[in-house]
Amino acid sequence: MNNRLINWFRYASPQTFYPLAGKMIPWFWALTAVFGIAGLYIGFFAAPTDAQQGEGYRIIFIHVPASWMSMFIYLVMAFWAALGLGFNTRLSGMMASALAPTGALMAFLSLWTGALWGKPMWGTWWVWDARLTSELILFFLYLGFIALQSAIDEPRRADKAGAVLALVGVINIPIIYFSVKWWNTLHQGASVSLTRSPSMAQAMLWGMLLMALAFWMYSIAVALARVRAIILERERHAGWVEELREVRQ
Amino acid sequence: MAETNILTALGGIVRRDLLLAARRKSDVLTTLFFFVIVVSLFPLGIGPEMDMLRKIAPGVLWVAALLATMLSLNRLFAADYADGALEQMALSAVPLGVLVTGKVIAHWLLSGLPLTLLAPVLGLQFDLAPASLAVLVVALAIGTPVLSLIGAIGAALTLGVRGGGVLVSLLVLPLYVPVLIFGAGAVEADITGLGAAAHLSLLAAFLALAAFFGPWATTVALRIALE
Repeated sequence: MNNRLINWFRYASPQTFYPLAGKMIPWFWALTAVFGIAGLYIGFFAAPTDAQQGEGYRIIFIHVPASWMSMFIYLVMAFWAALGLGFNTRLSGMMASALAPTGALMAFLSLWTGALWGKPMWGTWWVWDARLTSELILFFLYLGFIALQSAIDEPRRADKAGAVLALVGVINIPIIYFSVKWWNTLHQGASVSLTRSPSMAQAMLWGMLLMALAFWMYSIAVALARVRAIILERERHAGWVEELREVRQ
Repeated sequence: MAETNILTALGGIVRRDLLLAARRKSDVLTTLFFFVIVVSLFPLGIGPEMDMLRKIAPGVLWVAALLATMLSLNRLFAADYADGALEQMALSAVPLGVLVTGKVIAHWLLSGLPLTLLAPVLGLQFDLAPASLAVLVVALAIGTPVLSLIGAIGAALTLGVRGGGVLVSLLVLPLYVPVLIFGAGAVEADITGLGAAAHLSLLAAFLALAAFFGPWATTVALRIALE
């Protein structure tokens, strides 16, 4: 056997992944804190006040990372779903269902902060802009995924049905995005242009990137914690779960 | 040899579903009346100004068509699932994808096609010009099969699931967005004089995409439900 390489497939089983996830979670929380504190410091103190938008623009440090994560998590979710469907691995389905609530949360945060940002900047909570609209639809897709999984009692079927839905969704996301974009350009005069990004100060960019990393680490930490809970719930009859210290106590 | 077999099976399943629907006409008619009633409610809610009505007509007709199609989705597989016929189809020598395609075709003939034929009459209530009515019919004729194809995936996923009817709307409606945009957009583009060709081409592209992936995804979903 090849001892130099870690056998990654070892961690495809819930039994081995459970303790690994437990060990990783504190690290990701620590990284979340480090990146988050650095990002917030830059965001609030180092980044200059925007010439046009004043202090209000600082919501960008939450808004943009949340939007990125909401889209990225859907892709990761679809990736795990495809893996679970293709290889029939149990852990993949659990990962997909563990990611969905975080993704939905990110989509919601993105819409929420977008509304808060839009009110002072454009004078309205909501515009039917392509990005806003497709983010809203992405949020609906997350809700559909969560609703479908929670409506099916049998976990294996829930995983697979959710996987099909996630894959159908991932094919549709670009179609939906471009549909909304073209629809928007047909309907609206360029009253609000989100694509015309003002040249961004270096500090702002750094703050945003650090916050994005913080969100990323947070999502991983939370997803791992959630997947541990799912593993415990589904494998509660397995012998190894009963031998766990935290279960025996 | 095998090819004729598949075509016979396809024709057989379409004929069977149409026959079943003919024996229980109320299912089909309820959906159609739902469509008519929803469309007729809008002027009552918005007011009878013709200018306004003309503007909202494409959107209203399309949204009503989406909802009507969605309501009819549960009869696609539910009865066959309940009496075990679906299991037999999955076991048969003919690929399940072919049978699914047949069922989707039958579903479209029973929901999409009547909606398409009914829409111009309702469009008259909204004072649409004859040319726009023609575009509306063409757009619906291309778009409603997409609705049936995508809807079949949702119907298969929610087979025998708690609260399936409401759930299917949550799954399927977000996926209907592109069809809605370009379907209603085609009529609107015609009204404003831009020409509907681009919208109709995109709708046809959706149809090609959905016709390729839809039955396949539905088959996977059905097999999961039958496990």
